[in-house]
Amino acid sequence: MFESLSQRLQATFDRLSNGGKLTENDVNTAMRDVRMALLEADVALPVVKDFVNRIKERAIGADITKSLKPGQQVVKIVHEELITTLGEPGRLNFSGSTKPYVIMLIGLQGSGKTTTAAKLAVYLRREGRQPFMIAADTYRPAAVDQLITLSKQIGVPYYEEGTRASPPDIVSRGLKAAKDANAAVCIIDTAGRLQIDDRLMEELEEIKRRANPAEILLVADAMTGQEAVNIAQGFNQRVGITGLILTKIDGDARGGAAISMRAVTNVPIKFLGTGEKIDGFEVFHPDRLADRILGMGDIMTLIEKAEAAYDEAEAEKLQKKLMENQFTLQDFLEQLQKIRRMGPISQIMNMIPGMSQLQMQNQMDQETVEKRIKRVEAIINSMTRTERNNPKILNASRKKRIASGSGVEVRDVNDLLKQFRQMQDMMGQIRKGRFPKIPGLPPNLFG
Amino acid sequence: MGIFRSGMSKTRQSFFGRIATLLGGSKIDDETWEDIETVLIQADVGVNTSQKIVEELRSRAGREGMRNTDQVQKALREVLMGMLKTPPVMNISGRDLSIILVVGVNGSGKTTSIGKLAYRLNLAGRKVMLAAGDTFRAAAIEQIQKWGERVNAPVVAGKAGSDPAAVVYDATAAAKARDYEILLVDTAGRLHTNFNLMGELAKIKAVCSRVIPDAPHEVLLVLDGTTGQNALEQAKRFQEVVDVTGVIVTKLDGSAKGGMVFSVFNDLKLPVQYVGLGEGMDNLVLFNPENFVLSLFDEN
Repeated sequence: MFESLSQRLQATFDRLSNGGKLTENDVNTAMRDVRMALLEADVALPVVKDFVNRIKERAIGADITKSLKPGQQVVKIVHEELITTLGEPGRLNFSGSTKPYVIMLIGLQGSGKTTTAAKLAVYLRREGRQPFMIAADTYRPAAVDQLITLSKQIGVPYYEEGTRASPPDIVSRGLKAAKDANAAVCIIDTAGRLQIDDRLMEELEEIKRRANPAEILLVADAMTGQEAVNIAQGFNQRVGITGLILTKIDGDARGGAAISMRAVTNVPIKFLGTGEKIDGFEVFHPDRLADRILGMGDIMTLIEKAEAAYDEAEAEKLQKKLMENQFTLQDFLEQLQKIRRMGPISQIMNMIPGMSQLQMQNQMDQETVEKRIKRVEAIINSMTRTERNNPKILNASRKKRIASGSGVEVRDVNDLLKQFRQMQDMMGQIRKGRFPKIPGLPPNLFG
Repeated sequence: MGIFRSGMSKTRQSFFGRIATLLGGSKIDDETWEDIETVLIQADVGVNTSQKIVEELRSRAGREGMRNTDQVQKALREVLMGMLKTPPVMNISGRDLSIILVVGVNGSGKTTSIGKLAYRLNLAGRKVMLAAGDTFRAAAIEQIQKWGERVNAPVVAGKAGSDPAAVVYDATAAAKARDYEILLVDTAGRLHTNFNLMGELAKIKAVCSRVIPDAPHEVLLVLDGTTGQNALEQAKRFQEVVDVTGVIVTKLDGSAKGGMVFSVFNDLKLPVQYVGLGEGMDNLVLFNPENFVLSLFDEN
């Protein structure tokens, strides 16, 4: 299981002397951890080596601020350097180009070019620019159909000639059609290809020559491993890319490929693809990706996951129940199940900044947490509806039945009930306004 | 093995060609081990597995008194071979209808692999039918239908956006009624972290057994050969939800190194059944670990 870098560094520095400055020896030891963490996050090895050298230079002799431990200091430097490497939030650049501005999407098979074309079109339209799409993938069966289907779905005009003409010819005629349609931006969807496929790379060069694109965006899978360097270099050397789009970032890959590709091409990351729905598309934020690569917790992703698991109506219903003191064991069970729906507990906990460290201090092992939650679920599942809604009726024989039904001891049932009562008490206090104000929450949330 | 070897040649050069160059026939020193680790990591073997391999090699070198890097190379070959397994024969014979369920994340190459697998099975004289279980992605149905035409296999499809489990049910019933021997079931790509879509996949799997009680007989996970360490997470999660029986690794005709072959089998004991080496119908080859490792060591 991945240990977050901060956690790992903390452990390393606990073994080292705590001087006022980071010594070379401290730093060297720490750099092994940094190297390991970056490699586990799929950052390519040559890029890791460069990166580690830069960190080392900055870290040796760096003053330790009072508020930070040596480990945290190194994490801070790594984090800053990562953000620098990842670069500025991306923007499209059409300067020096004439309308319709052309965006070429290129990349390997299955990286998500066609889906991205449609998402980009919708994004452009929201920005007030009229998009147009050209279907230039004549190789993959039904790729043209896919673009047509998506175009119709989102109501964006397109040009296609099926699969009989050559892609450069389709592009030439498509651009004329885009001009006639008064389009502002024209997106060319090209076929997926390997960067070492000479014939198909020549075809890309020809398309570029004819289309004179303002942007050539490499669409790459966020799950890509060490190969990221070869892919980015290969496409960049042959065609010259102006930016990157990282897709499938909604999974749990650390996304180190982003660092590798940025480092070898020096072009900005412009967008992230976050799912198959058309609106799963966002402008790139370097800080969020840096947190994710380091496993430092990704509170934004956590919030997104929570939003996906809870709909508004459910949240409102829950709030009402809490306010009216009607929160039952049944509700408790449902909440637990919702949290589990957000992913493995270990993963969720890793997204909460500082949580991994807290767990270390408490010797709390994530598997144990997972097991405990499963046990609580089992206990509640062994209760009848009436019992869940009114735990007061639970006498000794009922408890015994529940314990044997869920494979635990009666004492575990009692523990759960005690915890539940404590929870209810706490909620009662919150209702009475004795809870400290939580920043960011609307003041009327708890009445 | 002709196709296999020609397709693997690029991988071979970048992987073991480099080891050969690095090691030559020279003396063993610290750099030797570092070089091996570097090459393994760059092949996406993963940093933990790479270090384990190097540790094992090192202790063997000490035990057996290895003197030069040629001996180390031979031992490395043996260690790597020991980490792989010849895939078991697929459980698709000895009954009227066998069902193969194909799953994986988006863009890994499921539909293409199904087309190529259907072609292989056809060549072997099996009567194959395809089920268009991806009803979600735009034109996914058209894509598998085109493959069906290409490899001469009928395709059972529903409407775009319809319930994939219903399509799969219809397909199993149709394959049974029309005496087909093998039904290949395509599914929509889904990230292993998506709870609802993984639940849907479990349902699709359950539907297979409604018509044929012990189906599906094989559940093949398609992994993109360019994927890094996330491949393992994918395999774990899919294994948990649909009990994967084997793996197809795609896109190994590029410069991707395919090191996940080692890590997935090492941690999950999931055998690699096939390797995808290009876009042609005949570019799906049986995975043979011995040839895989041996051909990696070819020097020409």
